[in-house]
Amino acid sequence: MSDAATMPAPAQAPAGRTPLLSIRGVKTYYGNIIALKGVDLDVHEGEIVTMIGANGAGKSTLMMTIFGNPRCREGTITYAGRDITHMPTHEIAHLGIAQSPEGRRIFPRMTVFENLQMGAAIRNFAHFDEDLERVCTMFPRLKERLNQRGGTLSGGEQQMLAIARALMSRPRLLLLDEPSLGLAPLVVKQIFNVIRELNEREGMTVFLVEQNAYHALKLAHRGYVMVTGTITLQGTGKELLENPQVRAAYLEGGAH
Amino acid sequence: MEVFVQQLINGLTLGSIYGLIAIGYTMVFGIIGMINFAHGDVFMLSAFIALMLFLFVTAWLGIGSIAIALIIVMIGAMLLTSLWGWTLERMAYRPLRGSFRLAPLISAIGVSIFLSNFVQVSQGARNKPIPPMVRDVIVLFERDGYAVALSYKQIIIMLTTAVLLAIFWYVVQKTPLGRAQRACEQDRRMAALVGIDVDRTISLTFVMGASLAAVAGTMYLLYYGVVSFADGFVPGVKAFTAAVLGGIGSLPGAVLGGLIIGLVETLWSAYFSIEYKDVAAFSLLAIVLIFMPSGILGRPEVEKV
Ligand SMILES: Nc1ncnc2c1ncn2[C@@H]1O[C@H](COP(=O)(O)OP(=O)(O)OP(=O)(O)O)[C@@H](O)[C@H]1O
Ligand SMILES: [Mg+2]
Repeated sequence: MSDAATMPAPAQAPAGRTPLLSIRGVKTYYGNIIALKGVDLDVHEGEIVTMIGANGAGKSTLMMTIFGNPRCREGTITYAGRDITHMPTHEIAHLGIAQSPEGRRIFPRMTVFENLQMGAAIRNFAHFDEDLERVCTMFPRLKERLNQRGGTLSGGEQQMLAIARALMSRPRLLLLDEPSLGLAPLVVKQIFNVIRELNEREGMTVFLVEQNAYHALKLAHRGYVMVTGTITLQGTGKELLENPQVRAAYLEGGAH
Repeated sequence: MEVFVQQLINGLTLGSIYGLIAIGYTMVFGIIGMINFAHGDVFMLSAFIALMLFLFVTAWLGIGSIAIALIIVMIGAMLLTSLWGWTLERMAYRPLRGSFRLAPLISAIGVSIFLSNFVQVSQGARNKPIPPMVRDVIVLFERDGYAVALSYKQIIIMLTTAVLLAIFWYVVQKTPLGRAQRACEQDRRMAALVGIDVDRTISLTFVMGASLAAVAGTMYLLYYGVVSFADGFVPGVKAFTAAVLGGIGSLPGAVLGGLIIGLVETLWSAYFSIEYKDVAAFSLLAIVLIFMPSGILGRPEVEKV
């Protein structure tokens, strides 16, 4: 997989600009077990970047490492020109990064409305009503259920809420960990449309992890492939979709 | 009948005090899963702070009005005790966060011993009285020579408790701080991801618990007129029992538990033997826990997430 000869030339990311998010040589451990073995990755302003990889490759670990929880043992993470490698997690959130994490992590004993309020916490509720209206338009399902407790929502509704909560802070960089997990195909389509629109209309930068490689690579400008804690391939979405190894490992039977 | 009504009044008064202390146990448990064994001693300390403030306000400042003096004393005690609560969390508990589970518990026992010894050494081992005050009573009704009385003190204690609980409830349910506390309680990691400073929120939880304990301390002093360095233990254990009885982690549960323990204690004393009133309270806890393992208003462990 990591054979250099078959690796496409690194996609020409928007030249001449420093990336919005830049990850260099990041190593993360759980106890003595290494989960990320030195990851290099860039996300430029205005891009949709995706990362695909098998179960246990370390994708979610990377998402959480960006927020310093767990914290990487080596390497640096730079966001908007600032070194955030050692910054406390909540301060990183205040820089305008939001995450819809693996497992959704809805606050179970808070209502949908309160969960959305939590998402807006860093903005001190400026334009709260406006943002609420916006996410309710994107996910009308949530609007009907504003007073329902998060823990009692269906899996798909929780997924929508997790994304909506992340959007409530109007992030400059949105991290999505498997946004399509557990959703009906129609809803997956809807969510991917939302992501595309946010990116095209508002210029929101998106970094998403997906099992749904076909959809993700079609949506993304660029993509990375992670295998057991290492980036093995990278390229434009189109390049990766056409790459025989990617096709064999992640798209077989999956290309609908 | 007369005795019953009288004990009901006494029980609710005592229960108010237990409830105020119990909230401190339940909130801290909710947010960091630790029993703060030192909380009873924080309560005792607050009663001493209230005592000193009271002497200061009446003797030095010469404030004659009891009502104004009490308000100043209570607010002052809340502020100073909060500062203690904040400091103890910073020094004794925060450094141990992320350490093994028993560590903060042991530290809390240490803090408890420290506080009671500190007060014993600095204030002496004897009971400290305040001059008697607010001695008026309202006789509700009288029959066969037995008068059912409601004292002004009891009215003050129940009203103050009710008002503070209402304010406190509003803070927890409706303000960003309360929401942050509940978020940390439900998923600390996610709370940090949405930008909540978890450490600060935990500190503020200790501060809120300590300030309610200070209200209880002030009311205790007003009610009994004396306080000693050892007075943290029994009310502390009773309030802890109340918190567990009501369902640890549940705020209404803490208040309900406090009232129940207060009532059981006073009614038992009146009808059975006063020596066994604590046995009655703890037996009730045991019985309730057999049938409702997570307390009266506690939520069961399993939850669909
Ligand atoms: N808290 C933890 N303690 C110990 N090991 C962990 C922990 N979290 C993850 N791991 C291990 O780290 C590795 C990477 O896990 P991670 O969750 O990042 O994978 P992933 O790529 O997101 O997988 P999936 O597609 O299944 O979500 C796995 O081997 C996992 O077992
Ligand atoms: Mg994952």
